[in-house]
Order: sequence, then C-alpha cells, then structure tokens
Amino acid sequence: MANISKEDVLKTADLARVAITDEEAEMYGEQLTEILTFTEKILDINTEGVKPTTNGNAVTNILRDDKPVTWDKRDAALENAPEVEDGQFKVPAIMEE
Amino acid sequence: MSFTHYTIEQLETMLRNKEISAEEIAQMSIDQIKAVDEDVKAFITVTEESALEKARQIDKDGDFDHNLAAIPGAIKDNIVTKGIPTTAASKMLENFTDPLYDATVTEKLADANALMMGKVNLDEFAMGSSTETSYFKKTANPWDLDYVPGGSSGGSAASVAAGQVMFSLGTDTGGSIRQPAAFCGVVGMKPTYGLVSRYGLVAFASSLDQIGPITRKVEDNARVLETLAGHDSRDSTSSKKDVPVYTENLQEGVKGLRIAVPKQFLGEGVSDEVRESVQNALQMYELLGATWEEVSMPHLPYADAVYSLLANAEGSSSLGRYDGVRYGNRAENAKDMIDMLKQSRAEGFGEEVKRRLLLGATVLSGDYNETHFRKAQQVRTLIANDFKAAFDQYDLIVGPTTPTSAFKFGEQADPLTMYMNDMLTVPVNLAGLPAVSVPSGYTEAGLPLGLQIIGKHFDESTLYRAAYAYEQATNHHKKRPTIGGANE
Repeated sequence: MANISKEDVLKTADLARVAITDEEAEMYGEQLTEILTFTEKILDINTEGVKPTTNGNAVTNILRDDKPVTWDKRDAALENAPEVEDGQFKVPAIMEE
Repeated sequence: MSFTHYTIEQLETMLRNKEISAEEIAQMSIDQIKAVDEDVKAFITVTEESALEKARQIDKDGDFDHNLAAIPGAIKDNIVTKGIPTTAASKMLENFTDPLYDATVTEKLADANALMMGKVNLDEFAMGSSTETSYFKKTANPWDLDYVPGGSSGGSAASVAAGQVMFSLGTDTGGSIRQPAAFCGVVGMKPTYGLVSRYGLVAFASSLDQIGPITRKVEDNARVLETLAGHDSRDSTSSKKDVPVYTENLQEGVKGLRIAVPKQFLGEGVSDEVRESVQNALQMYELLGATWEEVSMPHLPYADAVYSLLANAEGSSSLGRYDGVRYGNRAENAKDMIDMLKQSRAEGFGEEVKRRLLLGATVLSGDYNETHFRKAQQVRTLIANDFKAAFDQYDLIVGPTTPTSAFKFGEQADPLTMYMNDMLTVPVNLAGLPAVSVPSGYTEAGLPLGLQIIGKHFDESTLYRAAYAYEQATNHHKKRPTIGGANE
C-alpha cells in the first residue's frame, strides 16, 4: 500500500522545483497516499506480455522537412519576459561570484 | 430577437438574404454577455471591439460563404490567441497578454469568418471537474447558479447554455468537454485523438488532450468540427486522414446500427435518475430502428485509476516549462536561480495544480515508476482492447456521460471524490476514441443530464448521425435555462 510521508513530498517538491510549506507537505502527503492507494486496484491485474500504451494513437512523430524559416518575433517575445538585458532573458545568479 | 433559436445553417441563410447583418449578430452576443455574465461568470476576456470590427468587415465585403461566417463563438482560455491574453485560468499566466501566435484552431475559426467573442473560464490548466480551481472566478451553471457548470471546460459549456455564443471550443483530457456539456444541457464532442490539431493548446496530458466543439445543437456541432479538423504539420500526432463532411449524412438515421451498452457504465455510483435517462434513450434508439445489447468490458472499472496515474504524470511534465524566465509569473527577491524557480512556481500554481504536479512527479520517480506508472500504461492497453473487441461487433457504445447531475459549489471538496466525476469519460481518452455528450433529460430538480455516445476511431460521422437522430426524436434540446433565453 502506498505511503507518502511529509518528507517524501518535500523531497519531490524540491525536485519538481516548487516551494511548499511543512503544513502543505503534510496535507499533500495524506492526499497522495489516499489517491495512490485508490489506484492500486490495478496492481492485481495480470499484464504479463501486455505492451504498454504510451501514445494517444498510432500516429507519432510525423516529420516535416527540415527547412530553416525566419522568426521575426524576438523583440515581442522578450516583452513577455519578467526580466531582460541586452536582448536576452535575465535570471538571478546561477553560480556564486 | 436572439440567435439561440436558430441553427448556424439558418443564420447563414438569413445573412445571405440580408434578413440579418453580421453586426447585428455580434451585437446580440455582446448584449447577452453583458446581460448575464455578472451571474454566469463564463468569460475571462471579452473581445467586443475586434468582434464588432470583424462583423462590420464581413457585412462590408458581403462575404457570407465561409463555413462559420458571422457566427459568435468563445475559446477556452488554454488555447492561444495572438494579441489576446491566454491565462489557462492560472496566476502563473495572469500577465501573459500576448502569446504571439494563434493556435491552429484559432486560425481556422478566423479563416472561417467566425466571430471570436472572447476567452472563457476553466479549471486552472484544465485540471479539475468543476471550474472551481480557476484563479480568476467560479463560473456558475446557467440552469441553477448555486451549481457548478462542470469542468474543466466550464466556461465553454456555460457560455453556450447561457446563450452568449453559438459555439465554444473546449478541451478534453478525461471528460473536460463532455462532462460540462452534460451538466449544462448542451452538446459536447471529444474528437478522435489526432483529428484536431493541438498546436497552440496549453498542454495538460499530451497523449490524451483533444480540442472539440460545444454547441446547443448536434448539427451546429458537426459544422464546427468540420472547420476544426484536419492535418497540421505543426502537431506531430496529427492524422492525415481526409475529413468527411459531417453535416452531409446527419439525417441518415440509425436503422440497423448495433449499439453496445457496457454494464460497467451503469454500475455502482451511477444515480437512478441517470440510469433511467439512459434506459429511455435506449428505448428511443429501438424505436428508431437500432438494436442494443448489454456487454461486459471488464477493464473499464480500472480506467479512473489508470487515468489518475498517467494524466498527472504527463501533467507534471507539461508544467515543467513554467519557470519564470521567458514568460509567466516570477517571484521577487529570490536568493538565487533555483530559489527563483521554486518561489515563482509556488506563487503561480494553485493548490490543485500543485497536488497533481506532486502526484505526477511521485508516480514518475523511484519504485512507483515501475510498479504504478508502467503498470498503468499496460492496463491502458487492456482498456483499449476492450473497446476494440466491442467495436468488432457493434457500431456504437452508449452510456451516461456522468454518474450524477451537477453538484453545488464546494460540495466535492475531497480531491478523490472530485476525480470520480470522470469515471465514465476517461476510458475514451485512454483509448483515443471519439465520444459525444447529448442532452438526455432533466433531474427532478431541473438539472440537465447527458447521454454519452462513443464511436470507432475517426467515425465521428456515425456519432453525429446517432446523436442527431436521438436529438430530433426528443425535446430535451428545446429547453433553455431561464438565463439563456426562452424555450423553443
């Protein structure tokens, strides 16, 4: 049976890059345990030799010609960014100085 | 006068005969939006000016020959629209005022000369079944404002039911078109996976998502889907099949069609009123010359579990792009890059989105990847095989769209209870099949119910035929919520 602890949630949240409080982690831990336990009704189904389905249909990765096209929306795209410098996206420091 | 008593076809004829102008139609839509949206709260953005401008242009050019000329529609706010905010009902995208391009479906509607009246509400990132998780507002059910419209395409269904627009676009990952259509007493089609391009759709679960139309009438629905469908090289799962003219054979009837009714669709959790409405519909189909038989599809009861695992795993990955760098919410005063990511996402996502993000990330990590995720992918195959076996012998599968009618705001606060709303709709997405919900009656309290008709891959034609025959033989579609205009 699934058991997702508060610590599990905090670790997953860290990996998924979303800050959560201890109280939230506690709540999500209980809810995820309940939801995952509910899904475990599938665990007893015999799936030996059954191929997994990973796509919505058999049509996947239809390729188009690799032709270069011009894209003239750089300035407009930068306008959507929270912070910009010299025509580039700006982010906080990644490494210490 | 209001456009709600006419079909799109009838309006087009009136336009060509100069009995009505495009501008008059646009104005009717604007008037109704202004009259009732304070109560219904379907719209996030209303594009009054551009709609009127386009209508005047259509009148000036006398250009009434396009498929949806001067027909007012609304677009779910997780489909991108150039120059118009696209929020996915999330704080994350609250200030995303210009996505810079049109989704393929947005483009196709514009090319068909439809009037885009605005962007409508949804559950945040389409994650929900009641539209209550929207960051901006809670859309109400036009039949009774104390009730939810369903979700996630709640704004799409409510705007049509309230007579604000003739059609709307919704998206359906696990029932998000069909369930709100059922709750709001309108027609909602989830097309075959790959029929309608997903280019420009804010992804939830890319192996399940499809865009489709919501309308009052089956005929109109077929007409809108004709406009939306077709190959698009910008969507790598887009089908290259020719698209039939769905409106052409609508009236062929259902004589000789074989219908399967899975007993698993009428089992535990399905209300008596819902069951009764399905039985009445089956009697009607018999009268119309179809035959039906009960069948067993043993893996259907596992679809809700499989869906919870797969949809949220894909969802957690789809949400990875929101990083506060290129667009969307960015937290201020972050210590460093990683802290900026974490704080921006913590601020930008609501509680339900975070729950699903964490659920999906859990499913994809550690032992759960093997024990739960991979197992769910295998059971997905078994569910698809159940459908395949049924369609070897039958033309259509029929059952209820939802286990109950609409519920009240706040009534389903527990996440797992909320997920159960989708138990009858998710199997179709897992198998990539088309399915339509048509009005099938009303509860004693006067809330609408929906009949779900499921077809073979790319057999939307037969679906529309069957839906149309049933609609025309019943009076359910002639009833209106008080807020949406007079009954027919």
